Amino acid sequence: MSLGGRIKDFWREQHLFEQRIVLAIVIIAALSIVLLLRLGWLQIVKHGFYTELAAGNQVRIEALPAPRGVIYDRNGVILAENQPAYQLELVPEQVPDLNWTLRRLAEIGLIAEEDLDDVRRTIRSRRGFDSVPIRLRLTDEDMATFGVHRFEFPGVDIRTRLARHYPLGEIAVHAIGYVGTISESDLQRIDRDRYAGSSTIGKVGVEAAFENVLRGRDGRREIMVNARGRSVDKLGPLQPELKRSPGEPGHDLFLTLDLEVQQVAEAWVKDRRAAIIALDPQNGEVLALVSRPGFDPNGFARGLSRSEFKLLNEDPDRPLFNRTVRGLYPPGSTIKPIVAMAGLEYGIIDPLEARFCPGYFSLPGSRHRFRDWQPRGHGNVDMVTAIAQSCDPYFYALAERLGVQRLHDFLGRFGLAAETGIDIGGEKTGVLPSVEWKRKVFKRRSEQVWFPGETVIFGIGQGYMTSTPMQIAQMTAIVATRGRHWVPHVVRATRDPVTQRVTTIKPKSLPAVKLQNDAHWDKAINGMRAVMQGGTASRAAFGAPYSIAGKTGTAQVFTVAQNARYNESAIAERLRDHAWFVAFAPIEDPKIAVVVLVENGRSGSGTAAPIARAVMDAYLLRKFIVPTAAPVTDTINPGE
Amino acid sequence: MLREEVDGPTRRTLSYTTRLLSTLRLDGPLLIGLAAIALYSQLILFSSSGGDWESVIRGSIRLVIGATIMLTLAQLRPSTLRRITPWLYGVGLALLIVVDAIGYVGKGAQRWLDLGFIRFQPSELMKLAVPMACALLLRERALPPDLRTLGLLAAIILIPTALTIVQPDLGTGLLILFAGTLVVVLGGLAWRIMGVLAAIGAASAAIGWNFLHDYQRQRVLTLLDPQADPLGSGYHIIQSTIAIGSGGLFGKGYLQGTQGQLEFLPERTTDFVLAVIGEEFGFVGIVVLMGLYLFVVFRALFLTSQMRDTFSRLLSGSLAAIFFVYVFINAGMVSGLLPVVGVPLPLVSYGGTSMVTLLAGFGMLMSLYANRKLAG
Repeated sequence: MSLGGRIKDFWREQHLFEQRIVLAIVIIAALSIVLLLRLGWLQIVKHGFYTELAAGNQVRIEALPAPRGVIYDRNGVILAENQPAYQLELVPEQVPDLNWTLRRLAEIGLIAEEDLDDVRRTIRSRRGFDSVPIRLRLTDEDMATFGVHRFEFPGVDIRTRLARHYPLGEIAVHAIGYVGTISESDLQRIDRDRYAGSSTIGKVGVEAAFENVLRGRDGRREIMVNARGRSVDKLGPLQPELKRSPGEPGHDLFLTLDLEVQQVAEAWVKDRRAAIIALDPQNGEVLALVSRPGFDPNGFARGLSRSEFKLLNEDPDRPLFNRTVRGLYPPGSTIKPIVAMAGLEYGIIDPLEARFCPGYFSLPGSRHRFRDWQPRGHGNVDMVTAIAQSCDPYFYALAERLGVQRLHDFLGRFGLAAETGIDIGGEKTGVLPSVEWKRKVFKRRSEQVWFPGETVIFGIGQGYMTSTPMQIAQMTAIVATRGRHWVPHVVRATRDPVTQRVTTIKPKSLPAVKLQNDAHWDKAINGMRAVMQGGTASRAAFGAPYSIAGKTGTAQVFTVAQNARYNESAIAERLRDHAWFVAFAPIEDPKIAVVVLVENGRSGSGTAAPIARAVMDAYLLRKFIVPTAAPVTDTINPGE
Repeated sequence: MLREEVDGPTRRTLSYTTRLLSTLRLDGPLLIGLAAIALYSQLILFSSSGGDWESVIRGSIRLVIGATIMLTLAQLRPSTLRRITPWLYGVGLALLIVVDAIGYVGKGAQRWLDLGFIRFQPSELMKLAVPMACALLLRERALPPDLRTLGLLAAIILIPTALTIVQPDLGTGLLILFAGTLVVVLGGLAWRIMGVLAAIGAASAAIGWNFLHDYQRQRVLTLLDPQADPLGSGYHIIQSTIAIGSGGLFGKGYLQGTQGQLEFLPERTTDFVLAVIGEEFGFVGIVVLMGLYLFVVFRALFLTSQMRDTFSRLLSGSLAAIFFVYVFINAGMVSGLLPVVGVPLPLVSYGGTSMVTLLAGFGMLMSLYANRKLAG
């Protein structure tokens, strides 16, 4: 050992060094104990907690979407079914760069540029490990395109799902409704867990109203996944027990619609803005429900791009608008039979008493002339003739004598200005005006006053009064059955696809409309029969082997100034009167009640009545007459 | 006494193995400890790599390379080690600057030099060169070091540390800092100076916070609250504590760890391999490994205590202690005690050049021990 003359230092250094080595050993021992305590805490004390976390990590619950119920018409024709379709889905947490991925997908044309924001929103609203559909219904070309670029898109994949398909396209779309992509607002009212397996939800019509019946219950299965969320069947010897709970398929629906009648009705108003409803007055079943223009519900099921939706939504003809339950129109002369019955019910008028119709009506002490649609007047008319000829002055005078309150009350008994309760929902109620109503609706004092002239026009269904075609159809059915009040409905039965058990939905009824004397019904119905026999719509009844009661009507869109003449040709198409026609048949045993409303159709008798006749022929005679190329135009009877 | 005391002519009954070890200047118990850890590492590598034999083969080749370097360095004389120290340090520093410059120009993290046949990480070299330089300097001075010496030491340590941290490689930078500091502490640094340095360290840490990269800051914040960003920076810690905790006392069994096998555990073959051990072999498995580590550390410290030369014992002591620092930092970060700083589990984490550096260190330690009576 060489000491090199540093012997004093050496011993001191040696001692110091040994001290430090001991210190190091102490520190190392202490830190080791800290580590072991930490590991003991994790592995022994908190073992159960972390075991659960690990289990939650590796097992994911996957929803097995239940097939949606099939929708049939009353004769078993399929109206909505499920078809396997390919869709593009994305699992957000597996996508390294979401923005880039979406932009790139848009670049290669798999999502529309304009939809990017919507897709992003949808993705954000879903959970990170859910597979979010970003494009429904891929075409073969789309699939090929994606196939080529697949390597660029981790976390994006094509999946087969059952997609809704409407084989008849636009036919009855406003009754059936459609399914569409679950939107943010949908997510707020549904249980996300219940919809984890599906990308669509019923939006309107039967699809929405019967969502809970059609949907069924999604199944669940546990799958083992790795950290990237990819499903792994098995991991070496590791074979965990995975649970599986089968779902329940959605129930099928049988509608009350008669597809053949529906198709005839649709054909007659193919290029118009119109609503047609055919009811079975004996139970409220909706035999046909047409609102034109329509649209192809398959577009929604497939996923509309923003611009496609905009096109539909901003179309001035409003194809998405269900005119039958949401369209509010002045009912016009269609309520005259009811007003006549009100006169009888309140004992104000003798049905046989003939009154002179000079072609106008003036209130006592006023020079204002409420005009008849027939400028030369109808001469002497009794009640039946007044209905048959739709004589306005007769009803002006009657309304004036009845007063607004009694008119309001009596018409209200026929379900007007209230929801009919139809099972597809979304109804508007319309207005039955009254003194009180006016006070409530108008803000300014001067506008709250009810003028006598407003009562006069109320008598012919003009002025403030508005109704939906569905309300008018229900009203007609009540007249047809002399007071029986059925709630219109579109769904008649459901079927459990597993047990094949059919459950009929019992039609709902409301308290019947009771008149003091049943003969009052006869007077109104006789008037309506006369409409078809020598009255305003007699041409539409020509050759019918069954008896028809009907009533024409027009709803003014354009108010004619007091001294001006109604100049048909000068008025733009959209300002023309709406054409109404209501009817039921056969009178002795009513099987069908029909309402036809053609927007700007000008004439109830000329435009609307032949359509109603065709619908009745289709249902009663199974005679399916579709219009020839040229639409029917005929004499114009404004104000009838 | 222990066997290595036996080297005189009085003992003719030495076994062949002992004589071979003595000829190769290797320490038997230390070698056995290292071999046991290496074996353990290959066993767990097979599992953490998902049963990939190729990884195991490559890992074994790396081990053989490391062992060869250890064996080679063990043959060097301490005087040679001392002679190459300034060169090693100088070249290492120059390369560090080059790497940083390239990284600066290339606008990105740069830690290694691509020499074509091998990718060389100068900061790894500094893990050895810094304690060597410190030990060499202290060998020339009286101990405990005076302030001027301390100033020099600070420069020797802090320059490469800073150059490494800016690469950015916080883990290696800290290890360089610790390796150098350990030499100084073992050299008898006075307590009050240590106190002052600790205060300065705390202050500069507070200032340094502003110079840390966002991701480095994030790691510290994440430690305080891993759930703040469970899929981002908190993910590592959450998943590794789940893996360790779910392993329990005896583990889920070899190749049965769901966290590791299903890839929830990030970097499971490298920095987070301890979590795989904890998951599959449980508390017992980790304790066994810790036992092996402590055996190696204590054996190395024992060997160190036998040395008489200042350079030898300061360097050896530092190398032994830094081995434990590795273990503690890695285990600490995997179990959620420390921030994630990217320090591998010594000899067990797959890849990187740290295994070569560590075994080279042990080679030098064995050389210093074999020649413990020569220098001084």
